[in-house]
Amino acid sequence: MARNKEALLLLLDVGPSMHYVLPEVEKVCSMLVQKKLIYNKYDEVGIVLFGTEDTDNELTTEVGGYQHVVVMKNSKVVDGDIVEALQQLPRGTSDGDFLDAVIVAMDMLIKKFGETNKGKKRLCLITNAQCPIKDPYEGSKEEQVTTIAKQMTAHGMRMESIIIRGTLSQDANKEIIDENDRLLNIFSKETSTRLLYVEDPISLFGALKTRNITPVTVFKGDLELGPKLRIKVLVYKKTQEEKFPTLKKYSDKAPQTDKFATHEVKVDYEYKSAEDPDKVVPPDQRIKGYRYGPQIVPISSAEWDAVKFKPEKGVKLLGFTDSSNILRHQYMKDVYVFIAEPGNTKAVLAVSALSRAMKEMNKVAILRCAWRQGQSNVVIGVLTPNVSDRENIPDSFYFNILPFAEDVREFQFPSFSSFPASCQPNKQQLESAANFIKMLDLAPDGKKEVLLPDFTPNPVLARFYHYLDLKSKHPDASVPPLDYTLRKITEPETNLILQKESVVDSFRRSFELQGNPLKKPRRLLRDKTSDEAGKENITAPPANLIEYKSVKVENIGDLTPVQDFEAMISRRDSPDWVLKAIKDMKNKIFGMVEDSHEGDNYPKALECLIALRKGCILEQEPKQFNDFLKHLYNFCQEKNLQSFCEYLASKGLTLIPKTEAIDSDVTDEEARSFLVKSESKSD
Amino acid sequence: MDIEDDPDYDIFRDDEDDPDAQISRENDSTKEYVVYLVDASSKMFNTTCPSSSPQEEGNKEDEAESHFQIALSSISHSLKAQIINKSYDQVAICFFNTRERKNLQDLNGVYVFNVADRDYLDRPTARLIKEFDNLEESFSKNIGSQHGVMPGTRENPLYNAIWVAQALLRKGSAKTVDKRILLFTNEDDPFGRVTGAIKSDMTRTTLQRAKDTQDLGITIELLPLSCPNEIFDISKFYADLIGLEGDDLVNFMASAGNKLEDMKDQLRKRMFTKRRVNKFKFTLVDGVSIDLNSYALIRPTVPGSITWLDSVTNRPLKSERNFFCADTGALVEESTTRFHPYKSQNIVFSTKELSEIKRVATGHLNLLGFKPLSYLRDYYNLKPSTFLYPSDESTEGSMCTFIALHRSMIQLNRFAVAFSGSSSRPQMVALISQDEVIQSGVQIEPPGMHMIYLPYSDDIRLIEERYSDTSGAVTKASDDQIKKAADLIKRVDLKDFSVFQFSNPALQRHYEVLQALALEEDEIPEIKDETLPDEEGMARPRVVRALEEFKTSVYGENYDEESEHGTGKPTEASKKRKAHTEYAMKECENYDWGELADTGKLKDLTVVELKYYLSGHNLPVSGKKEALVSRILTHMGK
Repeated sequence: MARNKEALLLLLDVGPSMHYVLPEVEKVCSMLVQKKLIYNKYDEVGIVLFGTEDTDNELTTEVGGYQHVVVMKNSKVVDGDIVEALQQLPRGTSDGDFLDAVIVAMDMLIKKFGETNKGKKRLCLITNAQCPIKDPYEGSKEEQVTTIAKQMTAHGMRMESIIIRGTLSQDANKEIIDENDRLLNIFSKETSTRLLYVEDPISLFGALKTRNITPVTVFKGDLELGPKLRIKVLVYKKTQEEKFPTLKKYSDKAPQTDKFATHEVKVDYEYKSAEDPDKVVPPDQRIKGYRYGPQIVPISSAEWDAVKFKPEKGVKLLGFTDSSNILRHQYMKDVYVFIAEPGNTKAVLAVSALSRAMKEMNKVAILRCAWRQGQSNVVIGVLTPNVSDRENIPDSFYFNILPFAEDVREFQFPSFSSFPASCQPNKQQLESAANFIKMLDLAPDGKKEVLLPDFTPNPVLARFYHYLDLKSKHPDASVPPLDYTLRKITEPETNLILQKESVVDSFRRSFELQGNPLKKPRRLLRDKTSDEAGKENITAPPANLIEYKSVKVENIGDLTPVQDFEAMISRRDSPDWVLKAIKDMKNKIFGMVEDSHEGDNYPKALECLIALRKGCILEQEPKQFNDFLKHLYNFCQEKNLQSFCEYLASKGLTLIPKTEAIDSDVTDEEARSFLVKSESKSD
Repeated sequence: MDIEDDPDYDIFRDDEDDPDAQISRENDSTKEYVVYLVDASSKMFNTTCPSSSPQEEGNKEDEAESHFQIALSSISHSLKAQIINKSYDQVAICFFNTRERKNLQDLNGVYVFNVADRDYLDRPTARLIKEFDNLEESFSKNIGSQHGVMPGTRENPLYNAIWVAQALLRKGSAKTVDKRILLFTNEDDPFGRVTGAIKSDMTRTTLQRAKDTQDLGITIELLPLSCPNEIFDISKFYADLIGLEGDDLVNFMASAGNKLEDMKDQLRKRMFTKRRVNKFKFTLVDGVSIDLNSYALIRPTVPGSITWLDSVTNRPLKSERNFFCADTGALVEESTTRFHPYKSQNIVFSTKELSEIKRVATGHLNLLGFKPLSYLRDYYNLKPSTFLYPSDESTEGSMCTFIALHRSMIQLNRFAVAFSGSSSRPQMVALISQDEVIQSGVQIEPPGMHMIYLPYSDDIRLIEERYSDTSGAVTKASDDQIKKAADLIKRVDLKDFSVFQFSNPALQRHYEVLQALALEEDEIPEIKDETLPDEEGMARPRVVRALEEFKTSVYGENYDEESEHGTGKPTEASKKRKAHTEYAMKECENYDWGELADTGKLKDLTVVELKYYLSGHNLPVSGKKEALVSRILTHMGK
């Protein structure tokens, strides 16, 4: 049997109280098998249903009992048949007894594998555990469960129990639920059982680990607290991104008849000398070069190995520090977990003592790590305590890599207090923001946290595997829309918003009103053309406005557009101002032309155009001006405003030619003739 | 060489595949021309300040450093950073108040420092850095210092210096290049020793000169050094020169430092030009959204990319990529279809379909809700965070909304959960509000939000549960053991730890090697690995005692024996391996390997048989049969 090949039995409750959640169960279980078809295609899967109308299992024929348990698929190597069966689970009619199902499943695994395959036999139970289990012939239910749990451990079986509760469960007898929880807890204590309670469909999706990845030790050895104190630890990755599968490039060149065609596309890299593009330089004639300033320094791998940084393997403590000295956003990569060497009680104790003390004192440890011998770099990171609240799980540490001095870019940003008063929220706005935050609470008191990363599946991957399976049946199928359940990960929960509509409305009102001042002036201009000064700054108190204008111009007003433009374009605190000034000026000019009554705005618009032209030449943005003038011209043609073009031509306004700004692609001739020519054309 | 002129080469480039990001980067100026203008008056040499860095206790050097040394060493630091990160920048180093003169205009008291094969204003080279590092020794001989403006003279070296710097920065258009003059001085009143008409005349002409320079799009920045008992008073003269007013002036005063570390920090901060990664909308609810800019404040710096060279000529090679069909061998265009095997079929996708699959969200960043900060577990991390700041082009309303949200989140101790629909990897993110942190006038943490990329359940591994103990409860530490651990933690405390304090030794080494090779030196200087534990500190009696007590409380008296036993205990797997080797050795003896090799009959044996020899002799057993045979032959020396 191949290494890591596992046998998994899905124990699914299909009783009446489960019906409403079965569509989600179908989706998650079929995805599990779809993924196995790709990553673990030699794994075996079987399906046991309980709460069914019928009864069909070996135990019932052999010893009787075990009613309403159906072995839908015997354990077999994964195939499309199992996927399809899972996509259409029958709806049962009787109350399910999960313990019966567990016994039937154990029996199947024991018959098939006996003592072999320890640790590679897995049961996965999905139920709401709302229905009572039957009383045993002798002893109490607790004793029965304990016996079964012991058997499970003895045969090296693992179990995952996903119990559906919360908003997903309907009215149920509390006593029965409590009893069942107690019984399930015995499994969790006595065996390697993961017991999970899920309260919403997304968590159900995320709770079932759909892919088995055998963890690889990153480091095995000593955590060196000092030269004389070493704790034996193992280091594993705690998080690692599950990537979108790499797809191969497809070639359709092979003839249709070729049944063995691979359809693969191979990539070949060739290195050619710069002088002679036909000459291919073979690998042994190539040498690596690194850039150092204007030079490229050649260095061979052997030379490099001789001189490069070679740290000794080891994990060393640099010291402890207040957890406030490390900021959360400084974590650099995926996360590691440090556990004490299993079976080494002293090491387990040492890790436990340290992590508990660190937690109490709010301290973290700084470590320097070279995971492997021969590695050419080290990492500095922060070790944080992970105190376990479960009896059978030892305490451990999480480890995050921190940046080196070279990795940090200390950009400076203006303080929020330096912005004008109109950007500062008032008391009422702050209040409505606070209410909004409280309203959109994803972890309300007494309820289970929603969108917990540990239980949130990757919607892209789920969609991909679904589509892959769809395409295997219908090659021309188009991409299905994102599953309704998964959409709750990418979009806000509408229920939450609808419930407290008033809070949202007040939030919206507080902040929406100000709108977009960049667009507003245009609309305002339509009513009146003059005497609009400062209207877009209406939210700012007047005293502040004056001071703020004298310091830095951030908008082009209506009163003195040319001066505002000039002040803004010559601001040197950010290169963006030039483009913003040009953009704002263009809008202003457009507005003037558009709102002009019988040409009353033309002189002012011309003034602005001349200022814009000058600015664009100074800042070497001739294209900005030329494109704008052409655009304006077309606009005037469409809107029957040819008179403006004529006016401009009469005042001798031209495009910016190459002689005035080197970046321009307009010749002198073109520049001069642009408006003149268009005039004659429009006639 | 075309590669060399590639302006896209940038070690800090982010691999965001967003087209917006590309455009915005092009708009920002990407290159910088910098003139370091250093006052070399005798006052710079005569004033000293202690060079203590309080964090490193075992490393106390009481030698005082002169202001001139501080300026040189921080410039050297900055040059080294530039040649690595921004090697397309151009720099010039210019001293004023010098005895000798060397400059294009042949003005008195100004000396432009340079090395062979390089213009005055040019890209930094290995040689420039090397010789600049050794400049101090030869300075008095070759360049020489003199007093600043003295009574009875008409010479104005400061005026000359600005003029020279301006002339150096004449090349390149102000639109594509950021031009800067960084002025290092400790004289707050350069014309203090002259009086009357001469003083006012000098002041006026110098200010006019500076203004003309600024009008050409050149920024003048001042890095003042304060004397120990006399604060650099910027209002005496320089406020006018660099054009500071009101609040800026107050802030500036606070940041004027007098220590080497301060100066290095300041210079480093100024050398970074802010680059935006992306620009997008953050939708809070329907109808309310904020315009945001994102910045990459923390990204791993890696050694520069490799250029393949012809080993004969050392000229760069051009790489060419060809695609061909594996079935027919025909050259093909890069195809737009991909496939994935599934249920013994090849399922074909178009690249369009693939990107459609990844489009799971509308909008760039959608708010989902809020959670208490304590819910953000330490293992919710995958890659470096991204910094968000409201866009400076944004409307006032958007700015106001951001500030309100930012403040309320801090007050309520919440972080926001949002969904980021980027095209490369759509995922949930946590947004943490960061308040501005200012220490001695320098911004340590900018105000804004940090976007932390959250893992999905598929990305989280259940390691701890895997090692749960099925035999029942595992032992947890007793109160006494925890107390001993706490004592130890108190003893080994890094008080002022900050993530900025360590340089990456691998990277430092990398560039030391490159510098040495570039200058064709035989010896590569050893770098100091700052990341090693402080052994002296750990050997202090109180620390040793705390360690011992903790050790005894957990391990008892027999720790040393224990640890030896611990490693000596063979695991299940190693027992198996050992048995396997023994078996192979035994089997191995059944064959006459020499004979088989000589008669060429090795290839007639099965792979299993061949492996007996290999594992019996501790050789690798991987590879195809031919490889095994040749490995055996090599081992026997045949």
